[in-house]
Amino acid sequence: MADTMLEFDHVWKRFKKGEMSHDSLRDLIPHIGKKLFSKNSQETLRDREFWAVKDVCFKVERGEALGIIGPNGAGKSTILKLLSKILKPNQGTIHVNGRLSALIEIGAGFHPDFTGRENIHLNGAILGMRKEEINRKMDDIFEFSGLSDFIDTPVKRYSSGMYARLGFSVAAHVDPEILLVDEVLSVGDFTFQHKCIRKMNEIVKNGTTVIFISHNIPSVIHLCPKAILLNKGEVERYGNSRDICRYYYSSNAVANAKGDNLLNVVSLSLFADNDDLSTNYKSGDWGYMKVIVESTVRVDRLLMGFLVKKSDGEMVFDANSDKISEKYYSFEKGERKEIEVRFRVNLPGGTYFIGIHFIDSLNKYYFFNDELCEFVVNAPITLGVAYMDLHWGGRAGEKVLS
Amino acid sequence: MMKEMVNELIEYRQLIFILTWRDIKMKYKQTVMGFLWAILMPMLIVSAGVLVRKAFSMVSGKPLEMTELASIAVKSLPWAFFIGSIRFGTSSLVGNRNLVTKIYFPREVFPVSAVFANLFDFFVASGMLIVILWIARIGVSIQLVWVPIILVFLILLTIGLSMIFACANLFYRDVKYIVEVIVTFAIFFTPVFYDASMFGKWAPFMLLNPVGAILENLNATIVLHQPPDFFWLLYSGCWAVISFFVAWIIFHKSEVYFAENI
Repeated sequence: MADTMLEFDHVWKRFKKGEMSHDSLRDLIPHIGKKLFSKNSQETLRDREFWAVKDVCFKVERGEALGIIGPNGAGKSTILKLLSKILKPNQGTIHVNGRLSALIEIGAGFHPDFTGRENIHLNGAILGMRKEEINRKMDDIFEFSGLSDFIDTPVKRYSSGMYARLGFSVAAHVDPEILLVDEVLSVGDFTFQHKCIRKMNEIVKNGTTVIFISHNIPSVIHLCPKAILLNKGEVERYGNSRDICRYYYSSNAVANAKGDNLLNVVSLSLFADNDDLSTNYKSGDWGYMKVIVESTVRVDRLLMGFLVKKSDGEMVFDANSDKISEKYYSFEKGERKEIEVRFRVNLPGGTYFIGIHFIDSLNKYYFFNDELCEFVVNAPITLGVAYMDLHWGGRAGEKVLS
Repeated sequence: MMKEMVNELIEYRQLIFILTWRDIKMKYKQTVMGFLWAILMPMLIVSAGVLVRKAFSMVSGKPLEMTELASIAVKSLPWAFFIGSIRFGTSSLVGNRNLVTKIYFPREVFPVSAVFANLFDFFVASGMLIVILWIARIGVSIQLVWVPIILVFLILLTIGLSMIFACANLFYRDVKYIVEVIVTFAIFFTPVFYDASMFGKWAPFMLLNPVGAILENLNATIVLHQPPDFFWLLYSGCWAVISFFVAWIIFHKSEVYFAENI
């Protein structure tokens, strides 16, 4: 227990929609009058209020990196604001154990008329650094930002990319015990983003406890072993970040594939080329899938989709039967069909998911499931998304040319 | 709780200095007037005071003395500091909205650094005051040792009021206008251009205003070479200390609601 750095214990936070009811003293007096006559406790919602964070619980141990993902308005930033004491919860308790630094918005403390150097001092002090500390790290910060030539230029003359670079550079050098990061990697150019991710990695490796909010799912998986999926202020899923991200992707895909499942998949099995049941393949192997589909309606000319996803939810392949084999499927009401799909596993090593769907020519979904079954691919270690059947040395072997 | 509050503020002293410096720098950078700004406002008040006193002397038939002019200058400068700080302090939280909603640190630094920035102006203007006092042939005396104490009272009182107004202005935006009106007319209710003693037996009523008591004591020690009036010194001291701490506690307690109400 001593090593729990952060703890959220049944935290609730209420926000108001629309205009505040009293913004001036003039409005306050009638408001007080109203309040006196209507009893209202802390725990209930008054009109136009909503829970931005609803009964959220989680714990983060020392040195752990936790990712928080979810759609806009899910309450991610509110959680960071609660953690950094900017907001106070309506209910529940928050324990923070250690020096905490939050990157809620990069460059929030910059003054446009100050030079880069002055802003480093200002922002450093805002983030709780001491003067000697800032002076000591000044050179590192300049170097990291790559803005050494502009350091005595007022930041109002900076481009927005430069602004963000300077902001991240200061923040990345604060050295807190707990670092809260809210969607800050989406700044700067491609090279700088990579630099940021490397820096974040380094911070995590050095044992800093990190809470990382991002819409950049690959970087969440890369940095954080665990993740939380938030939705409408509630924790929808909590666990291994790969699983969480995959779930997030697929819940999103399901939401896109609107329609009732008028078809049902009765069974699905995977076979190796030698007709043995198998969910293990080597790269380059042939295999096939047998799926038995039953229809509850009579329907003509459906397309069947076949898709493969990586274990973190990223799609690696998606194809429809009309484009590749010009195949269409028609069903009588209550009819069952067995469909076989042959494929070659040109994939790098890892775990994958197979999904199938049926749509008609008007894009109406009759069936959708992007995680019907799982299979494993064994292969030599390679990078990238595909596996090419690569062989060093041509048919004739090496030729010495001179 | 008090100990925690003080510790936190000490931890962030760096930020207070940097914000003070930011405010000072912004005032003097990119302005034609530059440092004259620090002198302009108090000079206007002093000139207005001289005009008023000239009118008094013409009505009463008594000639205007040099010491009276010195008194006006001695009282006008702290007054300029006081109202400048209150004005600036009142909008200090709302003016830094993106910091208040984005990053955590003790929010006291805003009103405090607003007052400090005005204190800097006050010290610049004090240089000019010394020249005026020299011209008016006001010498020095041992009573000057009281001046720092009286000034500390003034600063504490100013910070206290700035915190309260800053906090109130965050929740209710019309506070700024109310403060503006009060600050504009307060000079008529405070012995700046006139002396409390002119009111004879009603003089104590003028001194109930703690700023009035502070200004009169400054006048006594600097211009008249008299010891301060200890009763009123103590009175203004109590005001300063109590209002400072009460304001701080109120500010601290409402701090957690700043971000969502700003």
